[in-house]
Amino acid sequence: MELKGRHLIEPSDLTVEEMEGLFDEAERIVANPESYAEVCKGKLLATLFYEPSTRTRFSFEAAMLRLGGKVIGFSEPNSSAVAKGESIADTIRTVECYADIAVMRHPKEGSVLVASRQSDMPVINAGDGGHHHPTQTLTDLLTIRLEKGGFDGITVGLCGDLKFGRTVHSLIQALTRYTGVRFIMISPQELSVPEYVREKIRKSGMEFEETHDLRQSLPKLDVLYMTRVQRERFFNEEDYIRLKDRYILDAGKLKDAKPDLMVLHPLPRVNEIAVDVDSDPRAHYFRQAKNGMYVRMALLMALLGVKGE
Amino acid sequence: MEVKSIANGVVIDHVRAGFGMKVLEYLNVDTGSDTVALLMNVASRKHGRKDIIKLENVESVDLNVLGLVDHNATVIHIRDSKVVEKVKLSFPTKVKNVITCKNPRCVTSIEAVPHVFHLADDEGRYRCEYCDNIVKADEN
Ligand SMILES: [Zn+2]
Repeated sequence: MELKGRHLIEPSDLTVEEMEGLFDEAERIVANPESYAEVCKGKLLATLFYEPSTRTRFSFEAAMLRLGGKVIGFSEPNSSAVAKGESIADTIRTVECYADIAVMRHPKEGSVLVASRQSDMPVINAGDGGHHHPTQTLTDLLTIRLEKGGFDGITVGLCGDLKFGRTVHSLIQALTRYTGVRFIMISPQELSVPEYVREKIRKSGMEFEETHDLRQSLPKLDVLYMTRVQRERFFNEEDYIRLKDRYILDAGKLKDAKPDLMVLHPLPRVNEIAVDVDSDPRAHYFRQAKNGMYVRMALLMALLGVKGE
Repeated sequence: MEVKSIANGVVIDHVRAGFGMKVLEYLNVDTGSDTVALLMNVASRKHGRKDIIKLENVESVDLNVLGLVDHNATVIHIRDSKVVEKVKLSFPTKVKNVITCKNPRCVTSIEAVPHVFHLADDEGRYRCEYCDNIVKADEN
């Protein structure tokens, strides 16, 4: 695996072997975080957040700091060069003078790809307008792998907004690169997965079913990936209100689920997972956030060409 | 109507009826100085109606662009009043600055980068390199 010097723009930039290599490294970090505390000493990460995402930015910054590196960046484009109309290309060229690696989030689709083409330093996409968000996918996969040991033969339920939720599309696409995964896609008709995602699953030869019924599907699942319905995706408020409370997971519904079910959610949640689920051992979404930091640590190391202990 | 055949140049036959002007525009033909004949709605035995374009003393046309806007057209090279070559078109696999991305969320809406599209299927649908937005070539 040679990831040194490369960019990460979309999940498919990585081969399955490269992803597995990152997960192996992340697992070593989980087991022995202290021995990684200085591996990125002297390295500088730039976080370029053209739209705020505290969660993702903290995760990257914490990852770099826990590796012994340092961080610079902005998360309020209004106060930076961006507000003065500087191009993405010029910004990244300037940042490259100072930093060893950059993480970028931007509201426009394809923006991070454009930046990466102007940069010899590795650039990581932390979300380009709901287009790609590869480190979220890595986080989801690592979380499942840590618990289930792998992906072969598992049944994954995806619930909520499966139409606009790119996180879900990326996760499904990534899982189709393994073997024997079954998908149960639970959504209202209006928010079912786009055809290209179905096509991907068909091509992989994996089984899938589509349903409106969360309760009936729950007992079959090894993993349940919940998503929120986002207001900004709707043209009218009525549709949003009608659909947003369609699926709410609570302790009552979980009674019928497998004892080793994993409930995942990319966070932040609104109300699609009731707080009474949080104390259930099957709730993995906060650990999932922690795993996000670990896999970002592994990624930063790999792109910087830094070796662990 | 009679349009004399050209001695040297390029004839684009089987252009989709009513599409001739658009093809000229895409090919950047200078209708101010080049000798151009555009025949519109010509009866064709095979295809009902078609347009025909004749470009006198022109050596070649951009086959990528033509393949994109009207891939059923045929390009005929003529020298000394003889057909020297007939080219059947196909969809180009990649085009630069021919189709523009109309997705308002695409980075091309704010950054000065070339509009690059890749052929996505056999039916002439193209995918924006940046945002993956799909467009049908002849509807752009
Ligand atoms: Zn685009």
